[in-house]
Amino acid sequence: MSIFVNDDTRLCVQGITGRDGAFQTKGMIDYGTNVVCGVTPGKGGQSVHGVPVFDTMADAVRETGANTSITFVPARFAAPAIIEAAEAGVDLVVAISEGIPTLDVAKVYQRLSELGTRMIGPNCPGVISPGKTKVGIMPGWIHSEGPVGVVSRSGTLTYEVVDSLRRGGFGQSTVLGIGGDPIIGTNFIDALTAYEADAQTEVIVLLGEIGGTDEEQAAQFVTEHVDKPVVSFIAGRTAPPGKRMGHAGAIIAGGKGTAQEKIEALSEAGIPVADRPSDIPGLIAAALGRK
Amino acid sequence: MKIHEHQAMEIFGEYGLPVSAFDVVTSPAAARAAAESRGGSVVIKAQVHVGGRGKAGGVKLARDAGEAERHAERILGMDIKGLTVEKVVVAEVVDIDREYYIGIVVDRATKKPVYMVSSEGGVDIEAVASETPEKIHKHSVNPERGLSDAEAAELAAKIESDPLVAAQVADAILKLYAAFVGSDASLAEINPLVVTSDGIVRAIDAKMNIDDNALYRHEDIAAMRDTSTDTVELTKARELGMSFVKLDGNVGCLVNGAGLAMTTMDLIKQHGGEPANFLDIGGSSNPDKVATALEIITSDPKVRSVLINIFGGITRCDDVARGLVHAMERVNTDVPLVVRLTGTNAEEARSVLADHDLMTADTLDEAVEKVIALAGRDS
Repeated sequence: MSIFVNDDTRLCVQGITGRDGAFQTKGMIDYGTNVVCGVTPGKGGQSVHGVPVFDTMADAVRETGANTSITFVPARFAAPAIIEAAEAGVDLVVAISEGIPTLDVAKVYQRLSELGTRMIGPNCPGVISPGKTKVGIMPGWIHSEGPVGVVSRSGTLTYEVVDSLRRGGFGQSTVLGIGGDPIIGTNFIDALTAYEADAQTEVIVLLGEIGGTDEEQAAQFVTEHVDKPVVSFIAGRTAPPGKRMGHAGAIIAGGKGTAQEKIEALSEAGIPVADRPSDIPGLIAAALGRK
Repeated sequence: MKIHEHQAMEIFGEYGLPVSAFDVVTSPAAARAAAESRGGSVVIKAQVHVGGRGKAGGVKLARDAGEAERHAERILGMDIKGLTVEKVVVAEVVDIDREYYIGIVVDRATKKPVYMVSSEGGVDIEAVASETPEKIHKHSVNPERGLSDAEAAELAAKIESDPLVAAQVADAILKLYAAFVGSDASLAEINPLVVTSDGIVRAIDAKMNIDDNALYRHEDIAAMRDTSTDTVELTKARELGMSFVKLDGNVGCLVNGAGLAMTTMDLIKQHGGEPANFLDIGGSSNPDKVATALEIITSDPKVRSVLINIFGGITRCDDVARGLVHAMERVNTDVPLVVRLTGTNAEEARSVLADHDLMTADTLDEAVEKVIALAGRDS
């Protein structure tokens, strides 16, 4: 098992003829992802790495039965592209695009909620279920199948942690990057809910960072609804207040959203917080040993 | 992006909000002239990107033009929380009967704009929120439909009982929402929105932060960016699309990805060092970017060593290594580097760097220990 993506995932790549879209399509096909189609308006009839390209999402879904889309569409065109995918009937949109205006994301989220479509991201590395499918831009080869479910607000920090897991001998059920923007389609609580219900997942790794209160809410949720062990790491203990640390959502504003508050909330919920990424495999071993 | 009060007042004015009349001046003489044209009695307000300017003495009431000049003289050039006041607003004085707060932020939890109104205006709204949260009325706005007349009227009725005044408050609530959406703001607020003794509603303050991601469709607002306090390094980093934040330590770091960059800083601190900066070079391995990033970091004379930490995913480590070689040819620095390249094509990267005198590390922990040892050397 896994969460959100699996062997049944039939993927459509939005923005497939672009530089990133074409390159990442190759990476996903090489990993074994079932990429059934791509969409670029005006490029219908072409093919990219053997994948047929359509002008619209409606055509693509009708012709190929795609149930998931991943979007590499540039930020200023991304919002309508995501809505188009949802309206065409896919169940999941993974929005890699970085830099979409926040109010556009708010509108997209509202529309997708009405349609019952899940969005992962935007501004995220995507999601991988090792050995099954990769719907994202992460390096597939550092991942392996196993019992650890990872959810993270970051990209390369996730790779760092997955690499630590690899060295520690722990494979993953799914690794999910939820994105670094203020408004995201899938948050920690959505991921925790899915991992709690997933048979393959035995332990959950939550990777947070400064800004907002998602980690605090996740801690509360774990106390009430999650029986599986959770371990965590929070980036940004040394971040100064009032400065945006790369991600649009990573900012301590009005004294809120500090790493310290998050670490305290997680600790109070009984969730161990690693001091460094390389400590995570040890915490996982301890958590699994306790069971 | 933050904009100044007077810039927000101009935008609010364009959306039809009842903003009090004002001038922006940069000299005491101009403040005097502005006061004279408004009949003498004015408020002088420092224009700086920090809160608490009133407490710091940056807001003064003047009874006549002479006093306006003296206040402006004192406020211009004043240091408020490390920022120098370059300009002041000279605003008409409004007689105040009661003061309200109206504001909108993007709420991360509900994923919608949330409107907040309070009858406790003119004071620190965060203090009201923590001490008497029942005095702030919140309302989530459907971002697709926007704010309706009925919703605005309902919000206004929560803070104002006089129907004639409440109608004006509702109008201001609608117009502020239009300004918020129309400018792609992440925050828009009026504190206070005042009611005069004649029952007239006026906005005597304005605050707006703009979503950086949306600046491409607001050239007029993008041009409002106040770069007077930006360093050359910050401007260079911004031009190349890199995120850079200066800190006080002596260990520089150059990292790909924001989360990993924060983690690298945290580990430097944890191992007993002090990070000199946050720098996320982004997904590209463009040699020019690597070189510029290195120039930016080493331009600080306090920096004693630099850690280059790249986790190659899509970014290929050998590309970064070639960029680094190019950077070292271009950047003239004696500051020692520790290079940790791992992930995609890390082996190839090692052979690219083999001919160069560079300290390398396999793991993040090892890299951090090495770079701190170098920083501590003969200091």
